[in-house]
Amino acid sequence: MGTRDCQHICDESSPAVGEAGKTGEWRDSFPVIDLEKCLLVRQNKPSCFLCWLYCPDAVISRTIPVQIDMEYCKGCGICAQICPAHAITMVHEE
Amino acid sequence: MNKKIARKTSTWILDGNHAAAQGVKLSRVQVIAAYPITPQTPVTEKLSEFVERKELDAQYVAVESEHSALAVCTSASMVGARTFTATSSHGLAYMHEMLHWAAGARLPVVLACVNRAIGAPWNVLNDQQDSVSQRDTGWIQIYARNNQEILDSIIQAYRIAESVYVPVMVCYDGYVLSHTEMPVDVPSQKDVDKFLPSYKPHTILDPANPKNYNLVTLANPRVNAEGVLCHGYMELRYLLQEALQNSRETIIKVGQEFGELFGRSYANMFWENRLDDADVVIVAMGSLAMEAIVAADMLREAGHKVGVLGLRVFRPFPKADVAKALKKSRLVVIFDKNISYGLEGATCSEIKSALYGRSVRAVIRNFIVGLGGRDVKAREMVDAVNKSLLSVKEGDLNAEYPEWICAI
Repeated sequence: MGTRDCQHICDESSPAVGEAGKTGEWRDSFPVIDLEKCLLVRQNKPSCFLCWLYCPDAVISRTIPVQIDMEYCKGCGICAQICPAHAITMVHEE
Repeated sequence: MNKKIARKTSTWILDGNHAAAQGVKLSRVQVIAAYPITPQTPVTEKLSEFVERKELDAQYVAVESEHSALAVCTSASMVGARTFTATSSHGLAYMHEMLHWAAGARLPVVLACVNRAIGAPWNVLNDQQDSVSQRDTGWIQIYARNNQEILDSIIQAYRIAESVYVPVMVCYDGYVLSHTEMPVDVPSQKDVDKFLPSYKPHTILDPANPKNYNLVTLANPRVNAEGVLCHGYMELRYLLQEALQNSRETIIKVGQEFGELFGRSYANMFWENRLDDADVVIVAMGSLAMEAIVAADMLREAGHKVGVLGLRVFRPFPKADVAKALKKSRLVVIFDKNISYGLEGATCSEIKSALYGRSVRAVIRNFIVGLGGRDVKAREMVDAVNKSLLSVKEGDLNAEYPEWICAI
């Protein structure tokens, strides 16, 4: 089966979740959140959300606790770098 | 579309640059962005005059470089405008990156290249190295032999470009054509309007349906959000090549329709002069093909059956047509006003490529001529052919490197 059916003559895309495919398949390591350290969980109020703010792919939800969409998380590690409570660690994929 | 023969023409004495400008004006171009460079400058001056006097309803964007000129044209084309730019030599080189971009983005930009030699050393006079060097970029390339063909080719270029979504470069020799006045039949606006409908873009920028065009494209195809398998980089590039291969049909059809309406047919990929009974064929591109006809006259007087193949469409290269036209040749003498350094003239290589596997056993000889505006005389072309005829006796089909007609 070829790509001709998409009927594009130049590359084009529309803004939509999953437009670039399942980018989660690209990652090498994934974020693990220690909820005992996360400020949001400990304080039970919207006091931080830096991981949500900094995620370049917007796959972290603005909820308590946060949820990470692993279908699209590319494992860049910015959330782990930015977390002021060091609650996030990057773990290598098997 | 009304197919009646155009009645309202008037003959003007125009130089090549003015003929190009008239072609652009008649094509109702909407955005022009250009940077002056000898010998193209009068095109930009004429066009800005037309815009200033409101004879052409277009936006003339004064840019600071040729790279920007083509960037403006591609952007404007993206949002549905009919665009034009012109340049030469270093200017064309400066927009090289954008030439690749316009082709890959499948935008029907038309560019007039006023052929000029490229430095080092500095030279403002004519040769075809500039546009020939860009033959890999994916543009359709048409070479005009005289000023009438310049005007006609620009109008046809928009029809062709906008049908196949491939940019078109109309090339003509600097000074030899650009600054030489000739009688040119200028069609009426009404008749050109019959021939050239408005541009229908394939890229629609609509806030209600937002899209991103020519984004980062990976090696492999991807499944998009709607579950459709989209092209990887290679598939998109395949489509460009396919479009160029198939454009021959459109080029000839457009040339034929032009002939039916305006009385001058362009239903060909090259001009043929006495090829029917020729066993010696001279090949040349652009205005050099006219000089070649004079040389052929002289050779015919001396008893040789010589014809001229005046290459008009260089990209897509008309392989099958060339092979057919040269089927009966014993000798093909190719004059190139360019050279692919380290090898030979570009036209020569491409003709050899067209003939491979076609059981044409012609001797092929390549002469590099006219670089940097060096005048090419018919007498010199005759001497080159006579010299080559000696090789026919030896049966030496190929020569390792081309010969140069110069003072070295």
